[in-house]
Amino acid sequence: MHVLSDFPALLLATFFDILPIAIIIFGFQFLVIRKRITNLKKVLMGMLYVLIGITFFLLGLEQALFPVGRSMASQLTNPEFLQSVRLSVGELQWTDYYWVYIFAFAVGAGTTIAEPALIAVAMKANEVSGGAIGVFGLRAAVAIGVAIGLALGTYRIVVGVPMHYFIITGYVIVVVQTFFSPKLIVPLAYDSGGVTTSTVTVPLVAALGLGLAETVPGRSPLIDGFGLIAFASLCPIISVMAYAQLSEMKNKRAYKKQLKVDEYYSKLKKRDLDK
Amino acid sequence: MNQSLQHLFNSLFGSLRDLLPIVLVIAFFQLFVLEQTPENLIQTIIGLAFVVLGLTFFIFGLEQGLFPIGESMAHAFASKGSAFWLLTFSFSLGFGTTIAEPALIAVAEEASEVAAQAGIIEKAELAMEAYADGLRYTVAFSVGIAITLGVLRILMNWPIHYMIMIGYVMVIVLTGFAPDEIIGIAYDSGGVTTSTITVPLVTALGIGLASSISGRNPMVDGFGLIAFASLLPIVFVLAYGMII
Repeated sequence: MHVLSDFPALLLATFFDILPIAIIIFGFQFLVIRKRITNLKKVLMGMLYVLIGITFFLLGLEQALFPVGRSMASQLTNPEFLQSVRLSVGELQWTDYYWVYIFAFAVGAGTTIAEPALIAVAMKANEVSGGAIGVFGLRAAVAIGVAIGLALGTYRIVVGVPMHYFIITGYVIVVVQTFFSPKLIVPLAYDSGGVTTSTVTVPLVAALGLGLAETVPGRSPLIDGFGLIAFASLCPIISVMAYAQLSEMKNKRAYKKQLKVDEYYSKLKKRDLDK
Repeated sequence: MNQSLQHLFNSLFGSLRDLLPIVLVIAFFQLFVLEQTPENLIQTIIGLAFVVLGLTFFIFGLEQGLFPIGESMAHAFASKGSAFWLLTFSFSLGFGTTIAEPALIAVAEEASEVAAQAGIIEKAELAMEAYADGLRYTVAFSVGIAITLGVLRILMNWPIHYMIMIGYVMVIVLTGFAPDEIIGIAYDSGGVTTSTITVPLVTALGIGLASSISGRNPMVDGFGLIAFASLLPIVFVLAYGMII
């Protein structure tokens, strides 16, 4: 079966990716820290699991998600398909690419939920915050950010506005939000930009960007095909802070309501006592 | 034994649930928008089973191996009290994990094509290879610096948002001077540097440090390393584009 025949080669490739990290960790552990690792066996087993896990993960992605994703990206940006679903008459307008935007949005959200690095960070955030930050809540907030980012990014490729206008606007929003967000969330929000785009999202998104830049007249795939990842790593910062701001607002409102309820009951009690 | 089996079963179920959205998205687009059945349906289903299996193993290994080692090293460095070795470790970790990153290698190659097409470098294999390697080392170096800077921030208790804002200003200023062709690649290079293994390890390092130094809050001070690792490469690649 040819599915599994790739396994040894891929295992070896992943092993060599992890090797420098292992050398650094164990090198420092033995030469600088000079202390025995507690539960060495468990740690080594854990790393073996990570190695096997990533290998299977990549194998599966290459077998299942990437071919389908790539072919869908090229089909959705195909001029014939665009002609068949268009809304306008005459030349193709930016609105005629609506399936591309919807696809970018949906793929962004879907792949982000499955992104292993994000799961890792969300688990840690949940642990460190004592459960105040929900694993799923954070992942959903990041997923929405990536989805919006990719939809915006594809729109930019279609209309051809230079990307730094978008990025600079994004930076301004981040800076403003930083001052109004709960302090605890800010570093985590900054981090969530970088973790979203690793194993699953990058290859799929690259295919989409390239396909789009090839079909839209006046775009060069080499120059305009880039930039989607930048959108996907900027927008989650905004969405995570927005999520924190919203939940803070909700808590405050609930707290105020609770105060009112308490006040009411204490009044009732007082009246009863007066009687 | 029964308990660990239960645990494995739970994480398998979790992985299945994590994968459901993307499967639904693809199924919807295939059936209702493109109106076709996917080719190689069986291969796709086997592939998806592998993805679920891989995700399960990864998360399992994360809790057993990567998180504990990252945190225990952070504690050890903190109790040893040698900032020099801690910073050396931080730099090596950032540089070492990035230089071998497959996504970065791919992006660097594409970038060299862009540069050749734009006439920045010669359209010869040797020149393009040199350009791609230079870019890769630049990014790896910048991630090393970024992790070092982030760890230094935890040690010195510098406020993260001012540092990030300085980074943003640098990006904006350099964007004005860098050649247009490099801008897209530079912005993207921030996102591709942080791999699936680096992220948990670096996160564990930050949180381990913040929780072993007194007066630091792991939530406020422990996170933020990844943020530097995805911002600094943008600055360095823009600068690289200007120099070459």
